[in-house]
Amino acid sequence: MHIPDGYLGPATYGTMFGVTLPFWAFASWKLSKTLKARQAPYLALGAAFSFVIMMFNIPVLGGTTGHATGTTLIAIILGPWAAIISVSVALIIQALLFGDGGITAIGANCFNMAVVGGLVGYGIYRLIATGSDAKSKRRLFAGGIAAYVSLNASALLAAVQLGIQPLIEKSSTGQPLYSPFPLSIAIPAMALEHVLLFGFVEAAVTALVLKYFQKNEPEMLG
Amino acid sequence: MTTVKKLWIGIGILALLSPLGLIIPALFDASGAWGEWGLDKIKKLIGYIPEGMQKLAELWKSPMHAYTVPGQKPGLAHESLVYILTAVIGIAITAGLAYVIAKLLGRKNKGN
Repeated sequence: MHIPDGYLGPATYGTMFGVTLPFWAFASWKLSKTLKARQAPYLALGAAFSFVIMMFNIPVLGGTTGHATGTTLIAIILGPWAAIISVSVALIIQALLFGDGGITAIGANCFNMAVVGGLVGYGIYRLIATGSDAKSKRRLFAGGIAAYVSLNASALLAAVQLGIQPLIEKSSTGQPLYSPFPLSIAIPAMALEHVLLFGFVEAAVTALVLKYFQKNEPEMLG
Repeated sequence: MTTVKKLWIGIGILALLSPLGLIIPALFDASGAWGEWGLDKIKKLIGYIPEGMQKLAELWKSPMHAYTVPGQKPGLAHESLVYILTAVIGIAITAGLAYVIAKLLGRKNKGN
């Protein structure tokens, strides 16, 4: 769901930069109050994990591919604000160096995958896991569900941003100027593959790494 | 071994395994993510290239587009090696930038 350059019109990508900027600012402020310098290696690890896990493309029926983002896992271990910053760094490097996601769409992609992904994932995890032991099965279950819902929320947002383009960006003859597929195509196409497959991949990745932390680094799970 | 070192080994293993993200879609003839097509594919899908898309699509020329390097040889074996190389480069730059940002943000907080 890395929206490329040319799919979103200026009204949408401009708005998405405007919406994402305050979250970057707040996340930075929050980290400047709470983050210890010795925790920097963990943010680096989180960003690296998000970068590399997104390279694992998985095919789905219909000839397209998708991938996990690692956002919920990072939010569970480092907190939602650290997740927003580290996943955004990964997305910005992907756009600038590898053309994976457009530079005009950096605001939209960071909002979908880092901001909403991180906040939804963390919120659901806390809702289910609060009060449970750090080594409990409930934590794994909570992480899996949170990851599944979080990735689907990100995908749905991307589908809506793409799907509104033919409505709001038209030439004088009524031809779409940017992404040409209406909501009635974009939402089912994006939602279905994430509901049926990629959401489960994100859930499995999250639960598996959480299990590793429960076994080897339980103190990091608070 | 420290936690950080162990986790870095995990990232290294993921980088080495990353060509699976190239090979498995190729086996299933899957070309890429929905809604991330290039201009050629868009033209095939709908018969034309939307005007605004045409202008914006090539706004930015990334140096290692789609995890390839300039002058790369064809073939899945070579593509896989380059995929690992770009993974390592991407991981190093991403981690480095996140590290610097975190150090700067956390510089005033002392102790544990």
